Amino acid sequence: MGASGNVSWFADIGLNDRPTVGGKGGSLGELFRAGVAVPPGFVVRTQAFEGFLEALEHEFPIRAKVELLSPDDLEAVTACSKALRARLEEAVLPPLVVDDVLAAYARLRHESSAAAVAVRSSATTEDASEASFAGLQDTYLWVNSWEETLRKMRSCWASLYSVESICYRRKHGFPEASVAMAVVVQTMVEARSAGVMFTRSPTTGDRSVITIEGAWGLGSAVVGGEVTPDRWVIGKITGEISVREISEKRIKHVPLPAGGIETVPVEPELVRGACMSDAELQALRDLARKVERHYGRPQDIEWAVDRHSGDIRLLQSRPETVWSMKEAAPVARAAENPLSHVMSIFGGRR
Amino acid sequence: MRHAAVGSRRRGVIIDTSVNPRSFPLPSSLQVIPGTEQAQAAYPYYTQFTASDDNRFWFYNSMHFPEPMSAFDMVTAEAAYCALGSSSTRVHCIPTTLGIDHRIINGRVYIGGNAVTDPAEIARRTTEFQERAFYYYENWERLYAQWREKMLALIRDARALPKVALPEFEPLEHVRAGRGVASNHYLLDIYQKTLEGYFRMWHHHFEFLLLGYGAYLTFFAFCKGAFPEISDQTVARMVAGIEAEIFRPDEELRRLARCAVELGVEARFQEGMSAQQIMESLQQAGEGGKAWLGELEISREPWFNINVGDGFYHYHRSWNDDLSMAFAGLPGYIARLKAGESLERPLGKLQAERRELIADYRELLSSDDERAAYDQMITLAHRVFPYVEGHKFYCEHWYTNLFFNKIREFGALLAAHEFFPNQEDVFHLTHYELEAAIIDLMTSWSNGSPPRGPERWPQIVAERKAAIVEWAKHDTPPALGPVPEIIDDPAIVMLWGITRETLDTWLNVGNEGSSNEIKGFAACSGVVEGPARVVKSVEEIGRLQKGDILVCQITNPTWAPIFQKIAGAVSDIGGSMSHAAIVAREFSLPAVVGTGTATSRIKDGQRIRVDGGRGIVTILQ
Repeated sequence: MGASGNVSWFADIGLNDRPTVGGKGGSLGELFRAGVAVPPGFVVRTQAFEGFLEALEHEFPIRAKVELLSPDDLEAVTACSKALRARLEEAVLPPLVVDDVLAAYARLRHESSAAAVAVRSSATTEDASEASFAGLQDTYLWVNSWEETLRKMRSCWASLYSVESICYRRKHGFPEASVAMAVVVQTMVEARSAGVMFTRSPTTGDRSVITIEGAWGLGSAVVGGEVTPDRWVIGKITGEISVREISEKRIKHVPLPAGGIETVPVEPELVRGACMSDAELQALRDLARKVERHYGRPQDIEWAVDRHSGDIRLLQSRPETVWSMKEAAPVARAAENPLSHVMSIFGGRR
Repeated sequence: MRHAAVGSRRRGVIIDTSVNPRSFPLPSSLQVIPGTEQAQAAYPYYTQFTASDDNRFWFYNSMHFPEPMSAFDMVTAEAAYCALGSSSTRVHCIPTTLGIDHRIINGRVYIGGNAVTDPAEIARRTTEFQERAFYYYENWERLYAQWREKMLALIRDARALPKVALPEFEPLEHVRAGRGVASNHYLLDIYQKTLEGYFRMWHHHFEFLLLGYGAYLTFFAFCKGAFPEISDQTVARMVAGIEAEIFRPDEELRRLARCAVELGVEARFQEGMSAQQIMESLQQAGEGGKAWLGELEISREPWFNINVGDGFYHYHRSWNDDLSMAFAGLPGYIARLKAGESLERPLGKLQAERRELIADYRELLSSDDERAAYDQMITLAHRVFPYVEGHKFYCEHWYTNLFFNKIREFGALLAAHEFFPNQEDVFHLTHYELEAAIIDLMTSWSNGSPPRGPERWPQIVAERKAAIVEWAKHDTPPALGPVPEIIDDPAIVMLWGITRETLDTWLNVGNEGSSNEIKGFAACSGVVEGPARVVKSVEEIGRLQKGDILVCQITNPTWAPIFQKIAGAVSDIGGSMSHAAIVAREFSLPAVVGTGTATSRIKDGQRIRVDGGRGIVTILQ
């Protein structure tokens, strides 16, 4: 943590710090400390946001106003959102926050060879598996200057007051005082291939398999559904690859030198080529098991392969929610007479 | 219509099933191939289809009887179903099923289950079953130890039977001993004891079989429920034994390879030499050579009493009868030893891997209650499995060899008396006819008249041999009769792996002729490409080159020696628990089994790809 407490490095935080570093920041710190290769970075803690907001509250009440909104009154929410976001984007940043972020930014760029950073929202209610906030706040990729980093940090803060976010919180009745925004700044992986994986089957819920989807270039093309990814199903324990669907991947996302992302055609010889080797798939399996074991439950993971080093990096891991919510009845229960289990085979129609 | 295709696929006999789309061809519509009527008539009346059989569902038992059966070999079907049925119907009283009926047409064995559907009867049988089967489970180890003793005694008795012979005059010592019974009588005595022993052996075979498979399948079904995408082979790996009898013959070969190196005679084993040539060469190789031949004798009894097939046909000979299979593996093993490789199976490592596999899956279960159920089921599966894996060596291999070889002795005697030209022709008589021929010979020996057999049998044997050749040219429908709504017979599901989905595949079979993909059971994962070597009999194994993919009707544990040489294996017959699959996993050899059609669709030398994890074979050219 920096002297003023505005910034924390991944190595120093974990899931327990979620109230001060947000869900995403806590999760990345947790992975980092568990020895999982995540791109290095730091978190601008909620305290920075709180200080900034407090100054604004003196001029004009913000949280109290939002708390009075009804999620059904879309017109009022929209008007409020517009006004609040404009103020957050314009107000002067506290000088101490600026100093701390710039120092951390300089150190991050100095210590890694990465060409750019990602600036990600990390709200304090985000990624709680019961009320997934995923996707409601903004993430900015390929940010390559300190000026832009500060600007995107501010946009992340402002995104807490987007129409969707306000409605979501009002619908769930979260008290506004408990909602704060941290911001993750981490190095970008210039991905050769990237994608997502579930540590269970999305179709059957089977926990003994890992489903991997990936495509060429940055993972945003897969997450955004712009390309049909290659798909593999791999035995979590056996490593056996039981499904291997290599798709036609015509486009990929690549970073722009000036920041941001562009869509380019895939080299013709790679269109029908598998974007991951079997050895890389096995490495992903090892990572998936490690993360799942660490959290003790199935995970939904974003990953990328560094174009330069060939290293695999995990960008994000969230608890899998769909199947976990509907845990089925046990396939069988312990029986008083262990032999009675055979009646499931011999006993006739069930 | 897809059903019309079912009939058009077969050569020779066209069956129109379009009348009733929910039916396979009816038994009554199945014709005996013209010209083979006499051969068909040889099978006993109770195995012939009759009109009333049209009301029932039958399927072709291609798993155990993939080729047309000769008249004598049908004794295997008869003895096996007699014993299987008594176990399920009357000894352990399986609640939902009685036994298996069998019929033979064109040399093909069709079987049908006998389900119990009346709930009151199921309830009555359930009470009986729990009292009987649970007693077996509770006392499994003691009863199985007793079983081995019984089985070994049966084998001893079979081996103790006198050699079949008919001297010109009764030996003088018999006269002096006052034996009072002449040698011709002993022909009948030996024959009846041989036949009796075979029927008895099959009762032993089924004493534990259904209960063993049932306990295994209970665990299997649980795994499929808890882990819907788990592969059959993974479940098999969790249960399979590490030191099962089935690995022993191959282990003996590895031992003999080590002996050859230690005794300094390894240069005597060259690729392409026959077993006979190698043995002759060793005779000339001084002390080392003699010592090795001594070691060979140690391995041969009992471990070379293993068939190159499933043991159901008289021509599935054992390593002991034909050493070529065993010797084919030795040069490869010797080369690996010379390259510094240890041929020891790493038992400790294999056991640790199995323990870890079981623990890893257990950890993924959703609750402690589920884990407790898992523990209960896998414990029982582990207890029953030594029988499931071990019985085949004693029954299908060792005993069956003794049996067919004893019948061969009668064949030699009858051939010597010109009942037919060759010893092997004896297998074209039914077991009833063989008894008649023996009595004919006994009578003739006693009264000094020529036997009547030489006038009768040569022509019949020739006809029947021709019929087998003819029958083999024709496909036969996978099933007959009305399609059942469900298949709920545990014996059929367990032993043949036939489910309602299987039937749909059969009904659709005509539609997939053009595809270059052949589907089977995933036996051992891994993907490999290479030239296909379609091997139809054991004599052809010499053609296999390093890197070839073996394509055969049925693989068998005895083929293990060549598994070290090939890149992959594909078979027509077998499930993921078949011994071929077990051995393939032992060698980490990509394998697809139970394809049904691989040997007929793949041409020798074609490039193919074997995806053992998905159970798919692709013809590449």
